[in-house]
Amino acid sequence: MDFTVVLAQIKPKLGCVADNLALVEREIGKAREAGADLIVFPELALSGYFLKDLVPEVALRTDSQEIGRLMELSRGISIVVGFVEETADYHFYNSALYLEDGAIRHLHRKVYLPTYGLFDEQRYLARGASFRAFDTKFGRFGMLICEDMWHLSASYLLAMDGATALICLSSSPARGIEGDSLGSAAAWQQLTSTTALFLNCRVLYCNRVGYEDGVNFWGGSEYVAPSGESIVRGLLLEEECVTATVAEGALRRERISSPMIRDENLFVTLQELQRIMRERGQ
Amino acid sequence: MAGLVANTDLLRRLLVGFVRDEVLKVGVRKVVLGLSGGIDSALVAFIAAEALGPENVHAICMPYKSSNPESEAHARLVASSCGICFSVVSITAMVDAYFELFPEADNMRRGNKMARERMTILFDHSALFRALVLGTSNKTELLLGYGTLYGDMASALNPIGDIYKSQVWQLSAAMGVPIEVIEKQPSADLWAGQTDEEELGFSYRQVDELLYRMVDQRMTRQELVAGGFDSEFVDAIYAKIQNSHFKRRLPVIAKVSNRTIDRDFRYARDWGK
Repeated sequence: MDFTVVLAQIKPKLGCVADNLALVEREIGKAREAGADLIVFPELALSGYFLKDLVPEVALRTDSQEIGRLMELSRGISIVVGFVEETADYHFYNSALYLEDGAIRHLHRKVYLPTYGLFDEQRYLARGASFRAFDTKFGRFGMLICEDMWHLSASYLLAMDGATALICLSSSPARGIEGDSLGSAAAWQQLTSTTALFLNCRVLYCNRVGYEDGVNFWGGSEYVAPSGESIVRGLLLEEECVTATVAEGALRRERISSPMIRDENLFVTLQELQRIMRERGQ
Repeated sequence: MAGLVANTDLLRRLLVGFVRDEVLKVGVRKVVLGLSGGIDSALVAFIAAEALGPENVHAICMPYKSSNPESEAHARLVASSCGICFSVVSITAMVDAYFELFPEADNMRRGNKMARERMTILFDHSALFRALVLGTSNKTELLLGYGTLYGDMASALNPIGDIYKSQVWQLSAAMGVPIEVIEKQPSADLWAGQTDEEELGFSYRQVDELLYRMVDQRMTRQELVAGGFDSEFVDAIYAKIQNSHFKRRLPVIAKVSNRTIDRDFRYARDWGK
């Protein structure tokens, strides 16, 4: 079914959950007024990104009052939001929630925590262990958090699990000032387009903006059609509510004309992966 | 070298956005910076004027009696061309009073003292105007350690610390820094006729080509030499980076507790902003 999505390209405040929750609520209100069906926030929207030792201070349990408040709001509009999740056994995850009709439809914990270059996530956070597609009012979706998407297997698994849209929550830093466009933006655009094209699925990419300790997050949130074409792309570096109408017909047509996912041989893939694991001694 | 050619439109947006965002989120509106008459501080003045409005940027020229009079003239020219507030505070009286106690001091000690004298004036004006001090050290200088610790290297925010001198020239031209300032020989202006390149023993363009490959691209010594760089030059620059690394770090703290500042007590500076 067709649906309207708002990619909320916001600027969270580092370590200020109450302020960020208020910001998120304002954006939800605006999107709902505009008649949107779904609103997507960036990775760690409720906390900011370079948290370091702040991780336990900003963490929320899924049964917390704050998440409860967002669940309530999801009765009017479906909500995807990134936050630090604290579990009952005191592990802290970089997580994303899909909230719909007052309930948690899905929780994804970031699997690939970058710990190289300017990133240091695995020092502070626990690693998620699954990629699962899930059913929503608007079809079967999958969620990825930033670095997850740079691992082909993550998107592949979600597509094999039936996802027809990949929602990627991101806090991608701006780097590379040599080319016609920003280096990290160009790399991501290539990635989202290629992923959509390979898997005949939609990509909804939401990246934050603003600066933390001199590091800029570049925005450029976008809706990429299953053809790989970027249909709507947000501004670079500026706060913006990027609105896109996701047409079911485009997905159907693409899957008829390029049925690669239909033809994908899961048996061969699995057999070869098992052989590779055996040979590696794992 | 493609890597040293910056997309100046993009770079300008990133740096202007940086100053605007990082200043306003602290809860102040103003910045103060030292304007030497050289290109680095001129570029920072232009960036700050665009970010915050020229009325929120206060530049201070702080000449010593041996400074080239052209430097102050160029500082005035820069301030008037981007419309920022401008004042002159001479450091001659303070510096001379101090060195009357140590008349034997060499040029290095005198130069460092002048840089630190200027720092105290900028931070005093930071309190006076409720303004953040902007740094004006570029990546080339920072990597080579060609600056005074707690002197010109001290600031609250540095918009140009991740761009090489070659890129400072490009962005300055794109932002309309006066041509006289762009084209003149870079100088610390500690004595008449001094130039950076003569003192360093190589040109900024030469060293930027090397630094870009060595630092940004992480090429090995072997690759650099095979690529045409003189091995002695490579080794000398590597040693300069290594030997000046202390200037780029906070003071070393002796660890005795479980949470030592910056080692296992880690927070971003923008904590809560």
